[in-house]
Amino acid sequence: MNDPYRPLTAPQVLDLYFIENRSRVLDIASFLDRIDRYAGADEARAEYRYQALMRTLRLLVESPGDRTREIQLSLSDPTSEPLDSAVGLKAWGAWEGVPHEGN
Amino acid sequence: MKAIDPHIHMVSRTTDDYLKMAISGIHTVAEPAFWAGFDRSSADSFRDYFHQLTVTEPARAARFGVRHYCWIGLNSKESENLKLAEDVLAIMPEFIDRPTALGIGEVGLNKNSRNEIAVLEKQLALAAERNELILIHTPHLEDKLKGTRIIMDIIRADARIDPARVLIDHAEEHTIGEIKDRGFWFGLTLYPNSKGSPERAIDAVEIYGTDRICINSSADWSVSDPLSVLKCANEMRRRGHPEPAVNQVFYENPKSFLGQCPKFQAD
Repeated sequence: MNDPYRPLTAPQVLDLYFIENRSRVLDIASFLDRIDRYAGADEARAEYRYQALMRTLRLLVESPGDRTREIQLSLSDPTSEPLDSAVGLKAWGAWEGVPHEGN
Repeated sequence: MKAIDPHIHMVSRTTDDYLKMAISGIHTVAEPAFWAGFDRSSADSFRDYFHQLTVTEPARAARFGVRHYCWIGLNSKESENLKLAEDVLAIMPEFIDRPTALGIGEVGLNKNSRNEIAVLEKQLALAAERNELILIHTPHLEDKLKGTRIIMDIIRADARIDPARVLIDHAEEHTIGEIKDRGFWFGLTLYPNSKGSPERAIDAVEIYGTDRICINSSADWSVSDPLSVLKCANEMRRRGHPEPAVNQVFYENPKSFLGQCPKFQAD
């Protein structure tokens, strides 16, 4: 019960989690392909959530070591002023207030 | 192993789930009052719900050898209706006094509105007056960062509330550091599809340490898993963490936080 902590090495982490994360990347690719294939693709690609998702994909490459936190921040409302009312509102997963980027 | 699920909504689960939890090692649970999936029409609905939490559910759990505790509170999704909130707050003390009620929760914010904040402040004042433990619900998704900061500012402005007696739940990677730095406990929720996974939860344990962290399923009426805390413990184990550390995160930590209420006893 008192075994010392023997953490995995990075190559062991790669081996342990590679297949499931390969699958996750393919799920995202398939999701984006699906949007491209369906009617209204231009409208969907211009929507703020799609744009927010594109920014997160760039952060995957550009934020080594702190990707998860950076992506969480990029999807968050950075303001501090309370809303006047929450009636009829729900969370959508990305903050609409950020400037939308082009494709 | 033994584990405590410090946040699970058993009123939404079947007796089969109690059996699965009991035979798998979860013998103690705490159930916060929450949103039922629809807005209730009057305080009488809450009276019935609080009765269910404090009488019906402990008896149902006991049939399977599970100790059931609860938290009493008005959730933020129903806090826009100030008259309803006032009526619910008036009946809360009667139920907080019951033998298995641990404190006030889960209360917090949903969309970070002025009415939500006003109702939260009243419930925090009630907790401060009675020296109750507090379980905080933080907003979902894009609203979490802002709401967590507002909630912490409100609590820290009241010198009567000791942050060591407050658990801020549904923390994620972008809020954990600030919560710990301000002296609170924090909770991580394992919720398939929309919240944290076992892998991310154990990443947080590795980055932030094993102190003041509680991991829960928050299993309810939506896509969720009442055995997820055990699956998360197994994720920690398969990465090579020693058994005492696993036991601390999944048993000793919730026991320590919840045990600050003298009514609590863990199996």
